[in-house]
Amino acid sequence: MTAPWTAGEEPRVYPIARSGDLVHIRQAIRTLSQECRLSLVDQTKMITAASELARNTLIYGGGGTVRAGTVSRGGKRGVAAIFEDSGPGIPDVEQAMTDGWTSGGGLGLGLSGARRLVDDFDLNTVPGEGTVVTIIKWVR
Amino acid sequence: MSERIPILRIGDTLIVSVQFDLEDQTVLNLQEDLADQIVARSATGVIIDIGALEIVDSFVGRMLATVASISRVLDARTVVVGMRPAVAITLVELGLSLGGVSTALDLEKGLAKLNRAASSGLQ
Repeated sequence: MTAPWTAGEEPRVYPIARSGDLVHIRQAIRTLSQECRLSLVDQTKMITAASELARNTLIYGGGGTVRAGTVSRGGKRGVAAIFEDSGPGIPDVEQAMTDGWTSGGGLGLGLSGARRLVDDFDLNTVPGEGTVVTIIKWVR
Repeated sequence: MSERIPILRIGDTLIVSVQFDLEDQTVLNLQEDLADQIVARSATGVIIDIGALEIVDSFVGRMLATVASISRVLDARTVVVGMRPAVAITLVELGLSLGGVSTALDLEKGLAKLNRAASSGLQ
């Protein structure tokens, strides 16, 4: 995590266990993005990135959680989401970050596309242990 | 049971208006229902209105492209209408340009596009 959670505003944890959870996560990220006053385009990008990553957590990670809340750094505010699973991990991160590469029959845009939509993107994966992806969108 | 989106018909055209954020299974149901309805009702055009959608991720984007392809194979034409500007920007940045998907700014322009295509005999 490259920025601390905003003091006094605890992040909330949402389960990613079935596809219906993606709808709730998109709603939660939308609410946070609006509270944080992200621009409409930035809200749309953040929600879309979260949707891609939550689906990855579900399909490739076998489910997990997302922690979402607001963050602060140097007087700036932003929305952060941390996707965590204890799935098989990603053996070749460079390959997984390539546009169009997929191991699961998708379009292969999830990771690479999500990275383009946000300001901060951090991926930690250990084969056999799991994957943690952190994204932040800052208010301009 | 997952939800199903109603498919309306006007003449030879099927119209679907997506009014709420969709679960993945609902998206897949819509894809199948549209294929069924194109054949069952001998439709030559399909309009999918996504004006109410605040985001279109790669899953929904892929459904739109797949419906366009399926309808082409079934001798019908699909037009996606009402995409919000922020959604268009996000889709392109995500890497989905929706090549092969015909679009129009609103329902009226979408219907006009289908009528033009029908009268010129182009598919």
